[in-house]
Amino acid sequence: MTSIQVLGHGCENCKRLEANAREAVAKAGIEAQITKVTDDPGIMAFGILSTPGLVIDGKVASYGRVPSADEIARWLRP
Amino acid sequence: MTSAALRRAHVPMPVVVGVAAAAWLVAWFVNLPLANWLAYGALALEQGSHLGDAVAFFLYDMPKVLLLLTGIVTIVSFLRSFVSPARVRQALAGRGTLPGAVAAASFGIITPFCSCSAVPLFIGFVEAGVPLGVTFAFLVASPMVNEVAIVLLWGLFGPGIALAYMAAGLAVAIVSGLVIGRLGLERYVEDYVWTIRAGSTLPTFKPTLADRIGDAWRSTADILRRVWPWVVGGIAVGAVIHGFVPTELVVAVGGSGNPLAVPALVALGVPLYSNAAGTIPIVEALISKGLPLGSALAFMMAVTALSVPEMVILRRVMKPRLLATFVGVVSAGIITIGYLFNALTA
Repeated sequence: MTSIQVLGHGCENCKRLEANAREAVAKAGIEAQITKVTDDPGIMAFGILSTPGLVIDGKVASYGRVPSADEIARWLRP
Repeated sequence: MTSAALRRAHVPMPVVVGVAAAAWLVAWFVNLPLANWLAYGALALEQGSHLGDAVAFFLYDMPKVLLLLTGIVTIVSFLRSFVSPARVRQALAGRGTLPGAVAAASFGIITPFCSCSAVPLFIGFVEAGVPLGVTFAFLVASPMVNEVAIVLLWGLFGPGIALAYMAAGLAVAIVSGLVIGRLGLERYVEDYVWTIRAGSTLPTFKPTLADRIGDAWRSTADILRRVWPWVVGGIAVGAVIHGFVPTELVVAVGGSGNPLAVPALVALGVPLYSNAAGTIPIVEALISKGLPLGSALAFMMAVTALSVPEMVILRRVMKPRLLATFVGVVSAGIITIGYLFNALTA
């Protein structure tokens, strides 16, 4: 199962990113668990400088932007 | 909305961009004749009357400001997708305070800044060895000298005031950075910030050109959705000022004859956060009624640089003393700029 983490303090962009990630999981037709990281040390541990961040299986896939559901789905497909 | 619909139909990206650009140009050139026709023709208002001028101003300025915002924010969002904060940090880490502060303030113009990113940015900079003063120069310049403010100023006032605002904003950011750096306030950064060991990560996936254009359009739509009520409100107030407020009143209250005008305008600007788009049309109307340039610049800079929500967020990484110093130094800088420009243009 793929693990997806959404990094951010809960601003508008983080919510959009989470929604896009959910849509992408459905589009890619995979099993994934989506969790949110909202505390500063937790976010900083990934070494990102701007939010929101998207982490797939422990690797930072993007940060500082909100990739579309289609784009995330491309990353999720095996 | 049209380009979103076109994209769904899988029209190639260059066609979408071309059609959007053509539509924008047509709207731009039709705007003035259309506004005049609506105000003086269709509504049959008298040219030169208070009401007629106010309505014509509103009908012309609103589409103009919204068009400028749409066009420029899309282009800037696209361009800035190539400048990552990680690269900025790398460029700043090895520098001394003065060249660092100058470089940081200049980077602040082009890099994205949203107050929700202020904390990771602050921690990431400080932790990578960017001096505190340099980090502050960036934090001050980034929200204040941004494309929305510069473009609106350029569009509504012309290049002179836009460049004056930019130069003044950079000066405030650089001097604030140097002062804060000199004060040696490192111990007033929240302690946990120093204990975080953040790596430096580059994203695994690079966006394609189409992704970047799509991103730019979406973030523009998002910004427009948030600011349009403020723009409409700002222009409506500006229109009322244009039509009805007597010049003598503006000069008496905000002019160089009133020594408290500049600090009062700065205090007024702080709660008006992130509404540069709504404030600038009001300022345009006030300047045409004789508000001195310095007072106007100070007001606009206070609106963009100092805000209550941003202070609440920054409190997470700064002890109250550092936060208070930050606000005090930046306010003092903005007030100085106000007096200086008032004296120069008097």
